[in-house]
Amino acid sequence: MSEIFANSGLFFALLGAAFATFLAGTGSAIGVGKAGVAAAGVLAEEPSLFGKVLIFQLLPATQGIYGLLVAFLILTNVGLIGTPADVSVQQGLLYLAASLPIGISGLFSGIHQGNCSVAGIGTVAKKPDQMGKAIILPAMVETYAILALLISILAVFGVANVNI
Amino acid sequence: MAKEDYTYAVARIRSKELKLLSSKDIDALLSAPSYEDCIRYLTDKGWGDDRSDITAEELLSAERRKIWELMGELVKDENAFDVFLLQNDFHNLKVAIKAITRDVKADDMYSEFGKLPGEKIFEFIDKRQYFSLPEYLQQPAKDAMDAILKTSDGQLCDVIIDSACLCAVHKAGEASENPIIRLYAELLVASSDIKIAVRCAKTEKSLDFIRQALAPCDTLNVNMLASAASKGVDEICSCLSSTSYKSAVEPLKKSPSAFEKYCDDLLTDKMQTQKWEPFTIGPLVAYVIARENEIKAVRLILSAKLNDLDENIIKERLRKMYV
Repeated sequence: MSEIFANSGLFFALLGAAFATFLAGTGSAIGVGKAGVAAAGVLAEEPSLFGKVLIFQLLPATQGIYGLLVAFLILTNVGLIGTPADVSVQQGLLYLAASLPIGISGLFSGIHQGNCSVAGIGTVAKKPDQMGKAIILPAMVETYAILALLISILAVFGVANVNI
Repeated sequence: MAKEDYTYAVARIRSKELKLLSSKDIDALLSAPSYEDCIRYLTDKGWGDDRSDITAEELLSAERRKIWELMGELVKDENAFDVFLLQNDFHNLKVAIKAITRDVKADDMYSEFGKLPGEKIFEFIDKRQYFSLPEYLQQPAKDAMDAILKTSDGQLCDVIIDSACLCAVHKAGEASENPIIRLYAELLVASSDIKIAVRCAKTEKSLDFIRQALAPCDTLNVNMLASAASKGVDEICSCLSSTSYKSAVEPLKKSPSAFEKYCDDLLTDKMQTQKWEPFTIGPLVAYVIARENEIKAVRLILSAKLNDLDENIIKERLRKMYV
């Protein structure tokens, strides 16, 4: 049992990459889905607003991309993409921890940015000239996904330089 | 049961709200030189159907049909709009009972926007198959029919049905999870109770009759209101002064139409919060109320134009618009 655990570094790192992709991607999927439903409602009445509502729908898509980026960095660092490298259990667990900020923050910020985008789509449906103001509000939610991405990237690069 | 998602419906309603009549449209209708110009203005705005020679009644019916067709398309829960539709069922019940007891045809008097076709209600009551009616209509139908057959008193029949209607609306409101639907039901019952109380006070009805006519609600003590109504309109006003409807006293003293306007404006004000609500049925309810108000306003203007009434008389009766 202890031998299996001793060789699980790669497994934990892979788990971290999976968390980052799955959680952030789920947040984006929910957010984009909700905004898409609202966009379809507006387009049923006003097809000319397609360009505007599409931007709102795409806003919550970024969390999924951030998760993918962090997962890609983890996979590169542990050698699953590119040059193979030895990964200790501690390093594997640290990669798992490093994936959590973008995973969890991506999940929640994706969902809430989706909700905010739905409200923005409602605003644009009634006042198309207020597009600029309406888009800033859901974009504010992005800040927290970016902060989480920053910490996850710093942590992933930090773990690569730790010798344990 | 999974909660219904209204994201799509609310987004569509936001676009539809752009087509609601604004105060500017109402001013344009008021300043239109003739009834025909009003009809033309409304048809240009998309009102009515494709016919150019449409009458006012056909135009308003077409608009009401559009509201309920849209809601049928957007909302899967067939009980969601009970607070509105039940009122039409009770109207149809009244028509059916009167048609049966007076042996007349009243097919064109039925509202087409009930939960059950008026002709079906007529058929069940005519055969005395009360059990075939929806539960909320069974007892009122039997009671009203018995009352009119025994006493030939049409007013008593109306009181029984109106009171049952208000109770059913209040119950439907309480059953709803949405606060706006509950608020609508409560305001409808409370304002109807006040109107009934005033009418009873003016016609000097007995306390028993008033008690029978009033429907219970949460924001009014109907026993106190009934006892005040048996003493006169001034007593009703002082009774209302100690409730959340104290602002209703002034319009109530002014005229019945001023009080009607106060009730509709109060409802429109309460609906304003739904302009920012993206996920619940609230904006749909607000839209239905806004459209009904619009239809009321247009009906008022069109009949005033037909009868050459002064613009100021119409203006003081016009409700606040939602947009």
